[in-house]
Amino acid sequence: MKSESAVRRRPNGALTGWLFIIVAVVLICTFYFYPMIQALLLSFKTGTGANIHFNGIDNYKRLFTDKVFITALKNTCIFLVIQVPIMILLSIFISVLLNDSKLKFKGFFRTAIFLPSVTSLVAYSVVFKYMFGTDGLVNLALTNMHLISAPIQWITDPFWAKITIIIAITWRWTGYNMIFYLSGLQNIDSSIYEAARIDGASAFRQFRSITIPLLKPIILFTSITSTIGTLQLFDEVMNITKGGPGNATMSISQYIYNLSFKYTPDFGYAATVSYTIVILIVLLSIIQFKVAGDRK
Amino acid sequence: MTKFKRFWMYVFLSLAAAVSIFPFLWILVSSTNLSKDVSNGRLLPGAQLIRNFQHLTEQINLGQALWNSGRIAVITTVLALLVASLAGYGFEIYRSRAKDIVFNILLLSMMIPFASLMVPLYRMFAQFSGSVPFIGVDTVASVILPTFTTAFLIFFFRQSTKMFPKELLEAGRIDGLSELGLFFRVYLPTMKTTYAAGAIITFMSSWNNYLWPLVVLQSPEKRTIPLLISNLGSSYSPDYGMIMVAIVISTLPTALVFFLMQKHFVAGMTGSVK
Repeated sequence: MKSESAVRRRPNGALTGWLFIIVAVVLICTFYFYPMIQALLLSFKTGTGANIHFNGIDNYKRLFTDKVFITALKNTCIFLVIQVPIMILLSIFISVLLNDSKLKFKGFFRTAIFLPSVTSLVAYSVVFKYMFGTDGLVNLALTNMHLISAPIQWITDPFWAKITIIIAITWRWTGYNMIFYLSGLQNIDSSIYEAARIDGASAFRQFRSITIPLLKPIILFTSITSTIGTLQLFDEVMNITKGGPGNATMSISQYIYNLSFKYTPDFGYAATVSYTIVILIVLLSIIQFKVAGDRK
Repeated sequence: MTKFKRFWMYVFLSLAAAVSIFPFLWILVSSTNLSKDVSNGRLLPGAQLIRNFQHLTEQINLGQALWNSGRIAVITTVLALLVASLAGYGFEIYRSRAKDIVFNILLLSMMIPFASLMVPLYRMFAQFSGSVPFIGVDTVASVILPTFTTAFLIFFFRQSTKMFPKELLEAGRIDGLSELGLFFRVYLPTMKTTYAAGAIITFMSSWNNYLWPLVVLQSPEKRTIPLLISNLGSSYSPDYGMIMVAIVISTLPTALVFFLMQKHFVAGMTGSVK
């Protein structure tokens, strides 16, 4: 009786199902896929305002000789290659410590380390700008501890400015990633570890042969989201260093912003630059999937 | 584990916790001090909170900014929950191969960087300006429209719907509820915690959104809190105490939401990797 009514309902139900999803589909097409196509078309055009005309692949050729773009690309790659692995290792390490069943004050440590994730990117960036200023708190502390003799030019030196950005992002996102690892670790059956201990496996061996392989899907997830996040880096550089000194911390997103809204607007070329982020995200995601893919 | 190892474990975790918490304490302490005390590295609370607050309200229209941010975040959250939960429910309850394909295509939008959408979206809203009421550059609608539907939230609701007891729907159908009635009267009340988690995440990201409002909002009286803080922070001789008050005020709502609903928040985040 029940199954009969379900069968009768099916054609009708199928249509109802589409009605439930239609608004979301229309909105995502309008505000994600349609602008994506617009950006692609725009990337072959140049000019300002109403005077926009087609100029073939000139914009794409311009990328290779554009020093600011190359610097922005390099900076983004440096942030990616240094910051993402440090942050992911750090968050795995912390989550493994926090997963210890005998650990005291677990809730406190977890909350404290996660806390930076609730701050706005702008607010924390402004705070970091002050802490890392030439006569800021960090230099003050380091000088008082006699670790340095002269203040470090955290924000005005090309090298240290990059380090400041890396420290800032790591502070903001390590706890965020840690939560994913913690929930992953809680899903691992503790009997696996007991068996390994009985077989005499060391803590490091257990970590390498049990924890890491079982966390692989989460490592993949966090490294892809972190990669996408780093490639879109904007709020921090805009508010800590303004992309400077020179262009030492200029990110691709900030360059796109400058091209569109700060310099004489060149929407066409800005769209071309933006497509390099799309291409990078696709390429890096494929690589990350390939690297993690051997688990099956 | 040896005692030695355990000791270092506590040292490391305490250090990590201290580094994480310190900036918060510093903001709180600095909001009560004069600018010159802040730059001299004073780490003790002062008595200048009210003065700093007054300076802030003289400089900016704080009430207006809070209203701007709050209104945008609340409207975004309500719309986001409605659209994404309807979609997540639709994809899971009326599952079909065609819908699975559509779902996977929607997920691709998570890979699209906002930087690449910024210019076309701006041009889109610039075209609407003047011709379509309420929509266009420098309107609340232009801040909300492109940001409230995310594949992430749809994915999150779909994942949670997998746990939803489907017998409840059968029972409701026997009672004569329509398909939409089932959603609003059976599904929605049962999934309260999922909605709570989704609300927190959406509210936070909307409250803290910076780049798109920066691009699309132009008149000073429409600016949201992050835009104001960014502006205050860029002056040449900043009044640190005053700026710290602004940062405390801007962080309070999200920090409060986090502390009150910590469990839901974490559940919401990890919902994406289940």
